[in-house]
Amino acid sequence: MEEFAALLDALVYTRSRNAKLKLLADYLRETPDPDRGWALAALTDGLNFPAVKSSTIRNLLSERVDPILWALSRDFVGDSAETASLLWPEPDAAPTPPSVSEAVDALAQMTRANVMSELPKLLDRLDANGRYALLKMATGAMRIGISARLAKTAFAQAFGVTVEDVEEHWHGQTPPYQPLFAWAAHGEEAPSSEGIPLFRPFMLAHPLDETVVDMAEYAAEWKWDGIRVQLVRANNPEGLGETRVYSRSGDDISGTFPEVAASLPFEAVLDGELLVRGSHQGGPENDKTQGGAASFNALQQRLGRKVVSKKMLADYPAFVRLYDVLILDGENLRELPWEQRRARLEALMPRLEPEHFDLSQVIEAATLDELAAIRERARDDAIEGVMLKRRDSPYIAGRRTGLWYKWKRDPLLVDCVLMYAQRGNGRRSSFYSDYTFGCWDGDPDQGAELLPVGKAYFGFTDEELKWLDRYVRSHTVNRFGPVRETDRSLVFEVAFDSIHASKRHKSGLAMRFPRINRIRADKPAHEADRIEALRGMIRD
Amino acid sequence: MARDFSWIRPEPWGIHVVPADCWIDPARPIDRALVTHGHADHARGGHGQTIATPETLAIMKLRYATDEGATPVAYGETLSLGGGVDATWLPAGHVLGSAQILLEHAGERIIVTGDYKRRPDPTCLPFQVTPCDVLVTEATFGLPVFRHPPVEQEVAKLLKALAANPERCVLVGAYALGKAQRLMAEVRRAGHTAPIYLHGAMERMCRLYEELGVDLGDLRLVSDATKDDIAGHLVVCPPSALNDRWSRRLPDPITAMASGWMRVRQRARQRMVELPLVISDHADWDELTQTVEEVNPYETWITHGREEAMLRWCQLHQRRAKALALVGYEEEDD
Repeated sequence: MEEFAALLDALVYTRSRNAKLKLLADYLRETPDPDRGWALAALTDGLNFPAVKSSTIRNLLSERVDPILWALSRDFVGDSAETASLLWPEPDAAPTPPSVSEAVDALAQMTRANVMSELPKLLDRLDANGRYALLKMATGAMRIGISARLAKTAFAQAFGVTVEDVEEHWHGQTPPYQPLFAWAAHGEEAPSSEGIPLFRPFMLAHPLDETVVDMAEYAAEWKWDGIRVQLVRANNPEGLGETRVYSRSGDDISGTFPEVAASLPFEAVLDGELLVRGSHQGGPENDKTQGGAASFNALQQRLGRKVVSKKMLADYPAFVRLYDVLILDGENLRELPWEQRRARLEALMPRLEPEHFDLSQVIEAATLDELAAIRERARDDAIEGVMLKRRDSPYIAGRRTGLWYKWKRDPLLVDCVLMYAQRGNGRRSSFYSDYTFGCWDGDPDQGAELLPVGKAYFGFTDEELKWLDRYVRSHTVNRFGPVRETDRSLVFEVAFDSIHASKRHKSGLAMRFPRINRIRADKPAHEADRIEALRGMIRD
Repeated sequence: MARDFSWIRPEPWGIHVVPADCWIDPARPIDRALVTHGHADHARGGHGQTIATPETLAIMKLRYATDEGATPVAYGETLSLGGGVDATWLPAGHVLGSAQILLEHAGERIIVTGDYKRRPDPTCLPFQVTPCDVLVTEATFGLPVFRHPPVEQEVAKLLKALAANPERCVLVGAYALGKAQRLMAEVRRAGHTAPIYLHGAMERMCRLYEELGVDLGDLRLVSDATKDDIAGHLVVCPPSALNDRWSRRLPDPITAMASGWMRVRQRARQRMVELPLVISDHADWDELTQTVEEVNPYETWITHGREEAMLRWCQLHQRRAKALALVGYEEEDD
């Protein structure tokens, strides 16, 4: 467990992808089976211990630490597992750390009935870093930026095999992946991948920025605000098919979207945007050709769940808006120009249920200016922007210059006044970095008040964050638990994609995707915008 | 009779000793200042008279290039400040020359700790536990998550990284007064005799420490050395230079920082640190609470830092306590 804890810490402190790969590869090469397999599964969120929840940590600590001291500590550290690892009473005896496999076995055997007595026994055998690693592993919330793809690349690097081979043999393997290590490390026969739906890395786009493209050579599509997915179906030698849904990073999310995984009836690899039914994205113009989609917020209700209830399925029905087809009925189409793949995609649509699939519409625009105008109107439809795809481009993994571009809309801007601040989580932990800002409900010189209009926690640099943190600390007029109320003296220029009427907020407004565009320390608070100006930006 | 200790008044810019009309660690120029230690946020320049230990005065002279109005006072020596107030400087264990100030007036004893720690430090005298009625304590690391590991363990981590990377160097960001010299002294104590390379901004303070009797071994300047000279060696710089252009002249440095804040992972990440070293010159949670228990004052006043948690601890232990709102003390670099 000490080596795993040290690896975890090193990964936390390492920023470069190559350095992360080296750390992982060294660990995989030097650690014996089955520890390395369990560690790999833990790092890629492949372990699940139902008896240990994040509330378990809270409950365990509440028996040992005063609740107010816990809350103040948790608020400062910004991570429950780390706070608990630091607050845990040091055992009297020298720690006798369990191995990773020993810890995994013990965690797997815990039940809800005995977790409160069993988990402390493990924690008592570890030092602070070990406790952190154990709690992270137990609650399955590593969040250290190790995607499945990165782990596979490190595995390939560790044993001098190709990542394509790793990708192929990985599937169908479960932790601790011993056949996989036997093949890569000891040259034994590779696990078979026949009939297994493999992930193919996505083709990605560059921002258009100042680039000017000729619309005769490019096709345009909407940039939908869901999550990019790849659907893969393959038949095994007995003719039984399996479909998997992969996220952009190559993680298998089929379990989260079972209705989508169940609705692809033939062997294919499809590229599309996973969305939830609704009316938020796609206004009247798009309704003619396809149904609308709900906001990203609605989709978020479904993300990250390992078990999906019937109510979830009914309330947030998911579907895929298709962009591309890579492989169809065993035929590789990736070398074909986009235009031809698009024709094949259009032709296969009748074979799919409209309830779970539709086609991403191609936007007709003769020039970039015309496209810009269409893009601007799409603000009303809450669409992020447009994609430009070269008509003759093959489907190539990664980001190749000149083939695909994304072109987001310019944001709307208003000046707001900072009202409340709270400490952030993760990277922003312990800094006052979550800001609630407001606008005036009338003339501030005639006694108007500020009403909150939104909340944002990004858009600023690390240097600005430090400055803001200091500003909040020295301009606090009131505290409500973790929230500090400031003296309402600082103006933010806030950027956002669109604004909507909302009954949930006192101001009657809800911003979409707000972020701090600029800190306007030069601007007096009474010159910030008024609610009525924001109301004028609503296009509902 | 309720005791209000009103002869001493905490104000936002310092602690006012009213009958003697002087201030402890004032944040603005004042006629007569009593200074606990040499860190810039406590020892500001421009006072009419500055009373402090000789080491603290030497540090201030180095920084402000003047010793006008400097009045040295030895540890344990008692001065009459006028107005019936006596003051005694006692070791605080924070940095070279650091002191607690004991004030006595009308039969009441108040101690202002300044910054302090309870662990041994080869560069300064240890904190002296002294009974009093009011303990004005710092609380920089006043949260129970802060339990600094033994310094030997952190130094071992540093030396291990050095040994494992003979073609690179380890660049440690450390506060230029106190932390840097303590780190070097601890590295020497661990048996490391190789040259240590310094950022130019560290040189004068290290030389002053050596003049005042703290041996730091073979010190050299980065500006006098080549990349090849520095490979495999320890380099010490102020925290602000860690991710600065300056560090480009070094052979592929492993970025480290010696600070109590390194205990929290995201704090280390925010500073782009690869090798966090949890070494602090401030008392951790256990030392803070241990000190309150040992001094056992009638009342505890808590200054700069995380006052809320210390207040809560005092409440849980049936101790009278209040938080003071002093401003102007920097916390970031320790």
